[in-house]
Amino acid sequence: MSNGPDARGLASVLLGRPEPQERLDGGSVRFEDGSSDPTIEFGPTRRTVVPRRAHVGLPPPVRRRTRQVTSSDVYNLLGALLVSLCTTYLLFGVLASFSGLIGFVIVFYVIFLVAYAVLVSINERGPTVRDKIMTSVLYSTAMLALGALSWVILSTVWRGHRPLGHLNFYTQDLSTTGNFAPRSKGGAAHALVGTLWQVGIALVLTVPLGITCAVFLSEVGGPVARLVRTVVEAMTALPSIVAGLFIYITWIVTLHEGHSGLAAALAISVTMLPIMIRAADVVLRLVPGNLREASCALGAPTWRTVWHVILPTARSGLTTSVILAVAWGIGETAPVLLTAGYTTYMNTNPLRGPMVSLPLAAYELVKTGIKTMVERGFAVAAFLLLVVIVLFAIARIVGGRGPGQLSKMQRRRAVRASRRDAQRFAVADGGRA
Amino acid sequence: MTAVTLDDVSVTFGAHHAVRHVTLRLQRSRVTALIGPSGCGKTTVLRAINRMHEQSGAIVTGTVRLGDVDIYGPGIAAEHVRSRIGMVFQRPNPFPSMSIFDNTVAGLRLAGIRNKRLLREAAEQALHHAALWDVVKDRLDQPAIRLSGGQQQRLCIARALAVQPEVLLMDEPCSALDPIATAKVEDLISRLVPDVTVVLVTHNMFQATRVSHDVAVFLLDEDRVGELVEAGPIEKVFSSPADPRTRDYLSGHIG
Ligand SMILES: Nc1ncnc2c1ncn2[C@@H]1O[C@H](COP(=O)(O)OP(=O)(O)O)[C@@H](O)[C@H]1O
Ligand SMILES: [Mg+2]
Repeated sequence: MSNGPDARGLASVLLGRPEPQERLDGGSVRFEDGSSDPTIEFGPTRRTVVPRRAHVGLPPPVRRRTRQVTSSDVYNLLGALLVSLCTTYLLFGVLASFSGLIGFVIVFYVIFLVAYAVLVSINERGPTVRDKIMTSVLYSTAMLALGALSWVILSTVWRGHRPLGHLNFYTQDLSTTGNFAPRSKGGAAHALVGTLWQVGIALVLTVPLGITCAVFLSEVGGPVARLVRTVVEAMTALPSIVAGLFIYITWIVTLHEGHSGLAAALAISVTMLPIMIRAADVVLRLVPGNLREASCALGAPTWRTVWHVILPTARSGLTTSVILAVAWGIGETAPVLLTAGYTTYMNTNPLRGPMVSLPLAAYELVKTGIKTMVERGFAVAAFLLLVVIVLFAIARIVGGRGPGQLSKMQRRRAVRASRRDAQRFAVADGGRA
Repeated sequence: MTAVTLDDVSVTFGAHHAVRHVTLRLQRSRVTALIGPSGCGKTTVLRAINRMHEQSGAIVTGTVRLGDVDIYGPGIAAEHVRSRIGMVFQRPNPFPSMSIFDNTVAGLRLAGIRNKRLLREAAEQALHHAALWDVVKDRLDQPAIRLSGGQQQRLCIARALAVQPEVLLMDEPCSALDPIATAKVEDLISRLVPDVTVVLVTHNMFQATRVSHDVAVFLLDEDRVGELVEAGPIEKVFSSPADPRTRDYLSGHIG
């Protein structure tokens, strides 16, 4: 820099201000490995030395425990539970003639909260008491939700666990299974195939359509986008039976196509699409605006910005939106009921003939009222849960990484590329020397 | 030689005038610092030079010429202008979904260039140029967001340089950096000339004196609208300012 030093002095003389000393009169910067950076020379005199890292060679640090449960916390909790249990028992069993499980639980819970508050307030002050009460309320509501969920899942699995233990359940259809056939005959393979076809076709239809529409909503904007967004939001509230009726009227009645897996897939798509668009739109709008600006400032057209920057950055969230839509679509029964027909035969052709899906099979089987069939119905429902879990796991593994995180394979490929680069540099440096 | 000419440029956000009547020549192969208090429209002027206001919805009047070409003229695509006039932002903004390498060549990829060899050479050159090569050469495949703030900012500079712009606009590129990283970026800026014409927004007058050849002083006028008060070679403006408001600002009476 030709004008550096004199201009530097100039400003300080002119401004009558002292120059920031350490910045302008300092020495060169030295790094911990002893090297210094010649680009950061400020003057000949002083040196800034960055301290060596102190923990080299020491054992790895242990995380400090900042949340501690004291014994008095435990006693308070146990005491409150005991007080509440006894009081409620007294109320229900001895003093008054209340009855019923739900009433018992509610009274127990209220008394527990009061007793807990009293116990805590013996030793603690206002804010702490409120905090403890809030904590216990939050924990118990979370437990309630978790408990309800587990109950739904476990009761389904329990009622259907016997057919699930037979291998034929996963390999056979129900075409030759009579009403009183033993569990070692018949299965839900045909419904599984149907579900995979229907949801697969629906995915192929809705993923490109949904993501394109979400990109339109979040990147293009304007009055048209606002209108579309309103319509999409309204469609998320569309009862799925209406979607089924729509496809039934247009596809089956008007176009004279028969019941088929494809018709069911179309109906499922109608219900999945708004869910996916809404979730994807939210995720895309979360992409920081400064990335759009950075890409735009590089001279990129909008569509390339979307393709190379926005979509990859939002990938994990977009995966979630697809998962949400699949979760919605895979359990749809009403639209399938109207469009797919019902069959006990294995049908691998989604274009022709009725094709049953897992939820529809569960519905039809439970509806029969015959004990073995109801049992199979619950088994099918449990199997559906399993399929959903497996699909989710796959989606998480394939697309659930945050931006910048590499999959194992990508990482390996990158490491190989780096090694090649390193070799190339070594050769180049050797040539130069 | 003039690289960029602003002629009576005004920018309005809706009904709000941000800055008006700016007439300024930016000399080729020199560093021009835009200084002034917050909110006086430095960023706004900078963004008018590469048509970034088309993103924010502000209205730009007056003419901006790159060489002899009116960049707001008919038949001139904003993308084309932005690929010739690069920009570095106040906060480092590498693309989080991309590796260091991909970030460096993002501008080329976004312009549709696919040739692997070309991309590799461009990346190497740009990273050398941004004094980042030795730091990142054996971890080009790692996510760019794992770099430190100063390294990220230099990566953003490399990303802008890889497109080989004629003009580089830098909006307070050091305001989020520590002194050492700042020194590195300043050193880098002074080595960019004469290949690139640099326009540098800065709050810091010492930084302006360290790296720039010319300076343009912006202040708020009576209506609290930004205006250009004085421009010229930095020695001249700082030692004998022609406008009394410049003198007041430099000696700390305003802003
Ligand atoms: N996106 C925007 N919308 C509305 N007003 C804006 C916007 N960006 C900047 N402004 C206004 O323009 C004026 C100049 O801002 P700016 O150029 O960012 O100042 P500086 O960079 O000099 O600190 C300010 O009054 C600010 O409020
Ligand atoms: Mg600014």
